[in-house]
Amino acid sequence: MPKVIKLRRGLDIPIKGKAEKILTKTEKPEKYAIKPTDFHLIRPKLTIKEGHQVKAGSPLFFDKYKPDVLFTSPVSGTISRIHRGERRRILHVEVAADGKDEHIEFGAANPLNINREQIQSKLLKAGLWPLIRQRPYSVIANPKDTPKAVFISAFDTAPLAPDHDFIVKDKQEEFQTGINALSKLTNGLVHLNIHAKYTFSDIFTKAQNVQLNTFSGPHPSGNVGIQIHHIDPINKGETAWYVAPQDVITIGRLFKDGIFDARRIVALAGSEVKSPKYYKTYIGAPIETLVKENIKEAELPPRFISGNVLSGTRIDRNDYCGFYDSLVSVIPEGNYYDFMGWLLPGFKKYSESRTFFSWLMRGKKYRLNTNMHGGKRAYVVTGQYEKYLPMDILPVQLIKAILVDDIDKMEQLGIYEVAPEDFALCEFACTSKTNVQSIIRKGLDTIKKEME
Amino acid sequence: MNSLRKFVDKIKPHFEKGGKLEKLHSTFDAFETFLFVPNTVTKSGAHIRDNIDMKRTMIMVVFALAPSLLFGMWNVGHQYYEAIGAIGTISDKFLYGLLEVLPIIVVSYIVGLSIEFGIAQARGHEVNEGVLVTCFLIPLIVPVDIPLWMVAVATAFAVVLGKEVFGGTGMNILNPALTTRAFLFFAYPTFMSGDKVWVSRITEAYANKENPEIGRLITDNGDKIVDAFTGATPLAEAAAGNIHHYSIFDMFIGSIPGSIGETSTLAILLGALLLIYTGVGSWKIILSVFAGGIAMGGLFNALSGIYPDNAFLALPAYEHLMLGGFAFGAVFMATDPVTASQTERGKWIYGFLIGVLAIMVRVLNPAYPEGVMLAILLMNVFAPLIDHLVIRKNIKRRMRRIEVNSKQ
Repeated sequence: MPKVIKLRRGLDIPIKGKAEKILTKTEKPEKYAIKPTDFHLIRPKLTIKEGHQVKAGSPLFFDKYKPDVLFTSPVSGTISRIHRGERRRILHVEVAADGKDEHIEFGAANPLNINREQIQSKLLKAGLWPLIRQRPYSVIANPKDTPKAVFISAFDTAPLAPDHDFIVKDKQEEFQTGINALSKLTNGLVHLNIHAKYTFSDIFTKAQNVQLNTFSGPHPSGNVGIQIHHIDPINKGETAWYVAPQDVITIGRLFKDGIFDARRIVALAGSEVKSPKYYKTYIGAPIETLVKENIKEAELPPRFISGNVLSGTRIDRNDYCGFYDSLVSVIPEGNYYDFMGWLLPGFKKYSESRTFFSWLMRGKKYRLNTNMHGGKRAYVVTGQYEKYLPMDILPVQLIKAILVDDIDKMEQLGIYEVAPEDFALCEFACTSKTNVQSIIRKGLDTIKKEME
Repeated sequence: MNSLRKFVDKIKPHFEKGGKLEKLHSTFDAFETFLFVPNTVTKSGAHIRDNIDMKRTMIMVVFALAPSLLFGMWNVGHQYYEAIGAIGTISDKFLYGLLEVLPIIVVSYIVGLSIEFGIAQARGHEVNEGVLVTCFLIPLIVPVDIPLWMVAVATAFAVVLGKEVFGGTGMNILNPALTTRAFLFFAYPTFMSGDKVWVSRITEAYANKENPEIGRLITDNGDKIVDAFTGATPLAEAAAGNIHHYSIFDMFIGSIPGSIGETSTLAILLGALLLIYTGVGSWKIILSVFAGGIAMGGLFNALSGIYPDNAFLALPAYEHLMLGGFAFGAVFMATDPVTASQTERGKWIYGFLIGVLAIMVRVLNPAYPEGVMLAILLMNVFAPLIDHLVIRKNIKRRMRRIEVNSKQ
């Protein structure tokens, strides 16, 4: 039964710099990179060396714990650099593009006509398997599992998030093919979740082989974890898989055209961007091609984030877009001192609380920076997190269970259902400046280790 | 403010690791963060954070307490003028009260901050803002005639045994200000109850009367106490069976004897409005404490016909809310988030039981005309239990889902 769910708890942060719905081409980058650090809890083992020639779809590395899961090159060219960090941890695998656009042929096929093993094997070989992630633990899906359902969130409510209606435009066939492939991977349903107010595209509303669920309400209604909780919550022992809408298209292209087509649309947004818009680019592209000559001069230096301002990763200007990200946010750093900031009225400051005056100015957008706005403290205020987590979960009690490593309590309080990004708003609002997302991540890692 | 910032930056290295004054880092840090919200940027997790922090939250509580303090100062003056049968303007009375109350505030803050800074320094932690609120609360819950050394001992008790031994702000089980009050009440009962301590200088006047050299009811200022004056609080009067000594208007405005900050229901309600509006104080707790008080008071009113001996039963429930420390406790003590129930559902139960117990102790127990302090402290102890029950329900809901699923 298609579900209609109205969510009330949450917050749409009024941040400046939303991307205009203009699609531009970037100049073709010379280098691309896949970053093993984008994939949580894998151990990368390289299959290539510097100087090797690769085609789009050639394996670069695999996960030592699950050797079937390959990570492949988005373009054809030469391996230019294996960039390592502390303790020889691989940070980037860089490919210098040769511009020839050569692809490995994996063979086109109609997903509805082949069986599950064949679909899975094609995805693994092409390096597209990492596009499928799972709950619990918020990691790459385990090919040996059978998920109880597949979830796709067709809308993103995070601050400055791209409009997926705009991104999937004119790609109806690829999207449907992708859905068909995913539908074979589970014995349950493929849930396609749309927003009552933001989703208009027929590509979503008229998709086949899916159950269409409608959500309404503020962020984090677009988070797939929140949606899973309200449609078909995860219990201990169950798995659910999820894929981002643009990645469904990439999967669809594998079956339609037989190749790893790494084309992706990425939005560049944020108050520090002169002209925020959408760019036609590739997975693993350098962000320099997006931000070139597009960053405002300001008294505060810019921070580049692959992803959104709540759960994205901080990157340098000469770094590459994350594997899963279709948004690059640029906001000002907040490394300034604020004289008596906690006492003065602060009419220009934004706060979700009513201790400042921003609640009087609806509709105003703010240039938010990275200042912590206070020192770290113990938990004092209560009832704050519950306002921003629309799940039947007691957030602070769960966090405390993680902090004391109480595995039984973690399980009982719902650790299997959560992901760090679902708590990002709680972290934003926290008076005590607790690092909630990293605590949740630590809890998930602890439980995963216990279970294996 | 640039010059101020430059000055701070100049002396800062002395307090960092390797500097000469490295041992005083926490102290320096407290002053620096008092003047400037620090320039730290986010390193992990969300890249943007809300502007609210602990200092902002705590200062809202201080703002909310301000009406009670200001009114309390006027009231100290008002009670004294009533006692000596004199007429005075608002500013006369306020000035008198200010001079009586200010020493208590000063002692409270000096003792409290010294201990807090010392312990923070010894532990190498940042100084916590909670002490600013605790030190503001202590003068408000003591009678005006309390000896200053007693204030110092009580403040030290509050900061050390009420908070620091548990690990500092956020870790304590019992409300520190109420722990102070309980300590004073049980250690120095004659200074904390009776009918002489609530109006300034009356105790001394009676001592002077006993003194053969003076022999008259005269205060240190040389003023004679009016014969008909009684300094008993309306609550004590009610416990003695003497209901309606003061008018409802007096009780609501607060021109009655009592602890410095607890008398004016109006001032407290103004503070409550600020706390609720800014979201700093839980409206659920405030509402349920009042509801519990009315429920219990109403029950007793109904029973007053059957038990005519206990005149206190007949005190109308709504008057209970305006007398003694009930309103003050409901708004400023019960709402302390660290010691109250931490689950949203638990807060209703916690608050309601405080209201019920407070009235019950008042009316049924002849030894304690005031039951709010004890009720809140007891519920502080039980708050974790209430939370435990709420958490268990949450867990059971999850378990039931697994059972239902495994049956399908």
